[in-house]
Parts: sequence; C-alpha cells; structure tokens
Amino acid sequence: MTKWTLRSVALLYLLFLLVLPVAIIGWRTFEHGVGPVVDALTTAQSLHAFKVTGIVAGFAVVLNTVFGVAASLLLVRHRFPGRRVLDALIDLPIAVSPVVVGLALILVYGKNTGVGGWLAGQGIQIIFSVPGMVIATVFVALPLVVRAVVPVLEEIGDEQEQAAATLGATGFQRFMRITLPSIRGALAYGVVLALARSLGEYGAVAVVSGRIVGQTQTVTLFVEERFQNFEQTAAYSAATALVVVAVISLILSRFLRPQGGAR
Amino acid sequence: MSIRVEHVSKNFGDFPALHDVSVEIPTGALTALLGPSGGGKSTLLRVIAGLERPDSGTVHIEGTDATGLPPQRRGVGFVFQHYAAFKHMTVERNVAFGLSIRHRPKDEIRSRVKELLELVHLEQFAHRYPSQLSGGQRQRMALARALAVEPKVLLLDEPFGALDAQVRKELRAWLRRLHDQVHVTTVFVTHDQEEAMEVADEIVVMADGEVKQVGSPDDLYEHPATEFVMSFLGPVTRISGELVRPHDVEVFDQPHPEARPAIITRVTRLGFEVRVDIEVEGEPAWLQVTRGTAQQFRLEPGEQIYVRPAGARIGVAASSAPSLPSGQVAAEPAAEATSAAPVHP
Repeated sequence: MTKWTLRSVALLYLLFLLVLPVAIIGWRTFEHGVGPVVDALTTAQSLHAFKVTGIVAGFAVVLNTVFGVAASLLLVRHRFPGRRVLDALIDLPIAVSPVVVGLALILVYGKNTGVGGWLAGQGIQIIFSVPGMVIATVFVALPLVVRAVVPVLEEIGDEQEQAAATLGATGFQRFMRITLPSIRGALAYGVVLALARSLGEYGAVAVVSGRIVGQTQTVTLFVEERFQNFEQTAAYSAATALVVVAVISLILSRFLRPQGGAR
Repeated sequence: MSIRVEHVSKNFGDFPALHDVSVEIPTGALTALLGPSGGGKSTLLRVIAGLERPDSGTVHIEGTDATGLPPQRRGVGFVFQHYAAFKHMTVERNVAFGLSIRHRPKDEIRSRVKELLELVHLEQFAHRYPSQLSGGQRQRMALARALAVEPKVLLLDEPFGALDAQVRKELRAWLRRLHDQVHVTTVFVTHDQEEAMEVADEIVVMADGEVKQVGSPDDLYEHPATEFVMSFLGPVTRISGELVRPHDVEVFDQPHPEARPAIITRVTRLGFEVRVDIEVEGEPAWLQVTRGTAQQFRLEPGEQIYVRPAGARIGVAASSAPSLPSGQVAAEPAAEATSAAPVHP
C-alpha cells in the first residue's frame, strides 16, 4: 500500500513539475508544424544567439575542465594550509544565486571599478561582453568537474603514480599515462554536466551580458526576450532546442558516469 | 656496497619514523628489512626509492649521491604491497611501461616483455587486465614490470603481505629462486621473521626507527645483540634471568654443575617436538625437546629435573659463565649448537 502511495506521489510530482511543462513546450512548438520552427530558429538573431551560447559554453567548459582537474589534484594529493577553505569555496557557486554572482562580477570588472577601468584602458572589456559571460558561466559550473573527479582520485590513490615514478616516468608522463586515463570516465561525466549547466545558464549571464540583442544575447536570453515580445513560436522553438541538448547531455552522462565497483 | 644509507632521520609530524639510521646493503645480495610494524622499515625503503624525503642524512646508490634525486632518476625498481598495477593497461603494457616511456624500439620492447613474462610465468596472461588476475599473479606482474627497466636495486615493500598464507609460501620460495637467476641487489621489507630467515642472505632488524642489528640469518639467530632481536627472531624463554632459546637448554636428571633444579608442570607432545613447561626458582619457563629426550628422561609433570642454558643467551646470569658440556652430559635436547659460545652483552 505504502509502496503504491509513494510511487503515485513521485510520479504525479514529476508529471506536474517536469513532464507536463516540457511536453507542453514541445507541443506548442510544433503546434503549426515544423516549418515555423525552422523559420524561427534560422533568423539572424536566433542563429547569433546560438553562436554566442556556443562560444560562451565552449570556453567555459574548457576552462572548467582544466581548472577542475588541477583543483581536484590539489585537493586530493596535497596537504596545504587553506585546503579546507578551497574545498568549501568550490561549492560556493551551488549555494550562491547566479544573479548575485553576476552583480559581484560587475562590482569587480565594471568600467567604473579599479580592475575594470584598468582593463578597459588596455582595450579589454569584460562586462557587457563575451569575456564577462564566460567568467560568469565558469563560476556557476565550477563545482561540477571537481565533484565528479575528486572521489575517483581518492579511490585510486597515488600508488600507481608512485610506481610510474620509480619506473622512470616524469610528472607530465605520470599525468598523461596514469592519472588521466584513470579518471577519464569521471572527468567526461563532469564535463558533460558542466556543458549542460553552461548551455542553460541564465541569471548570472543575464546580469553581466547587458542583454544586447545581436551581440551578447545567448539562447536562454533569446527565449526570454522573444517571450516578452509575444513571439511565442521563436521562444518555444529555442526552448525546445535547449531541452533537446539537455536531454542528449543527460543520456551521454548516463553512459559516462563512473560505474560503482567497476575497475 | 650497493646502497649506503648514512644518518637518515625522518619524522612524520612529531612521530619519529627513522632516527639516525645508517646501513649498507651489499651488492647482489637479497637483504631483508625485518621488524615489527611501525618500526620504520617501510619508511627506510621509501627513502631509498626517493618516495619519501629524509629530514636529514644521505642515500648513495651504487656510489652516486641519490639524496636529492626524484624517484624516476634513481634507477630503482619498486614493488608495492598492494601491487599498484596500472588498472587500465593489460599485463603486457604494464610490464612494457618503463621501456615505452623511454621510447625504446618496439621490437626490443616486445622481446623484452616476452622474456620477462616467461620469467614470472605469466606469458599466457599477456593480454589480460590486472583485475582478471589473482593477487599472486598481480604481484608477479609488478615484479616483472620493476625488472623491465633493469634497475640497479630492486625494492619490495611487504611484497607478499596481502596474499594468503599458501600463496605467500610459494612466492617466497619463487622469489629466492628468481634472485638466484637475476642477481639484482634486492631489499625487501617484512614483519615475518620466518620469511626473512628463509629468503634473505642478510637481515637488517629494525624497530623504533632504528637499526637494531645486521647480519646473516644464522648470525642473528645464534648471536643476537639484544633481547629484542633474540625474541623477535625465534622462540625464547627465561631461565634464572637469562633469555635463552627453549631448544638450547641441556637437561639432566641428576644435580649437575651450574644446572638449576626445575619442576615439570606440564608436558605437551606436538608430533616430533615436545613442549615441557617447567618452573625454575618459582618462575615459569619452557623447553623444546625431541620426543627421544622426553622418553629417555621420562619427563612427566611433577618430576624434578636440572636444566642448564646453552647456545645464545642474553641477560644477567645468576652465576658465572658455564663451562663447556662435560662427559657427564646426559642428553642434548636440541640437534645443534649446544656448545656454541655463550654471548654476553
């Protein structure tokens, strides 16, 4: 009895919160057939939004992968003062609202601040431009790679690396031939999650981008802007495109997720 | 001397793992670092390999000062207790690892790996992954991997510690035969005195971060420098304040010079050997005698006998050094070494 109650509650919960809204978006998107969807997605503004999202998410994922692996190695393999602080800081983006992250970035890199002003003098604009959006996206997706890789690094230990060292391998060779292949699955899982998060980021990017149509507008911002302008077909089409990418990422991550106990 | 360790100290936090350790490992020999856990033997091995840095002191390997060298430049082979197999590589690629990072020609690598896999009897497992091997096979693979780069010294850290008793015995004998074939200077860490006595040419006894004694297995057994070494290397019992081997005690049925009266409290037959519990001057002790001796003297609980320590002995004797066994000696309980010169610290 309890079993059936639990199942029904769980299914209803998912139905109303997840399945129904997503299904309705899908249905509303293709309400008038495929033609309008293709038209809506191939406007110059829409294509540009996809391009911006691609650039921002691409840079963010590469940066997060490099930083994520480095931070994981630092956290697992080294003991240093401030290690626990670093460990806690990495989870901060989960706790802090992305809007706050965006505002904080403006306070540091805005044109009227010390750092932002100096950078502007060098001809580098961070806020209301792609670099700021990349920084914001890196920040919100920061923990995903680290949290995927750290448990695996802890589990494999460093004996294999020590063995490789006694066999003559340099630090770089140990990393490329032992460490990286050992964490490959977990790293790929973390990267896919970070990619999905980067593609879907809205709040922090909304604040730092300035939402300049045709310049700093990402797909999520495009969806919001079209919706506010009653261009529902365009909004729904882009939203559906985001859902499709997210679902593909989730399916990928299922395949890549490190299997417990499998060696 | 192949390895020369001089005045090495190493602390982990405020725990002194090694305290002013100096030891020399002879070239071509199979040397055991023996001692109780926490005695510093693994730390010493890791310092030799460069996996730990000593706080002070120096390590020379084949005449080169290796103290500041990273492990990859020391020319040592290291075998870990838990194998440290490269899990994502086949047995073949595990063994080839050291050669392939040195960019040796493919043909050379292939033939060398084949040769090594034959040496460790794993040739039919070349394409398996470590997870498909038993513990003993993984350790043999690790040994082949370490030998592949022709190390100047081979270091084994409790190599059989994670294996079950039967496999451990087999591998022990096999390691001895392998060493006789390969002749590379080998140091292995063990806390098992039987393993050290059986396999090693030379034993370094370590405890409390210090070297307690160095010598051949026979040497250490017959002439232990301290009570600790004596009791760690074999059975001991205490008779009149002296630590002696329970099989190095002469038994008499009549009063005899320097023999002490003893009352038998218990006799236990363990096949060939008989364990006789006695009381000497009110203190419990025990003897290990052959069945023949037990029958000849009719050793039964409650009987009085006279005992005189022979062979290795340490401690404050209640009387002066005993004379050599006279013609009146009724029996020699142990097969050997009853007339060995007594050792006094």
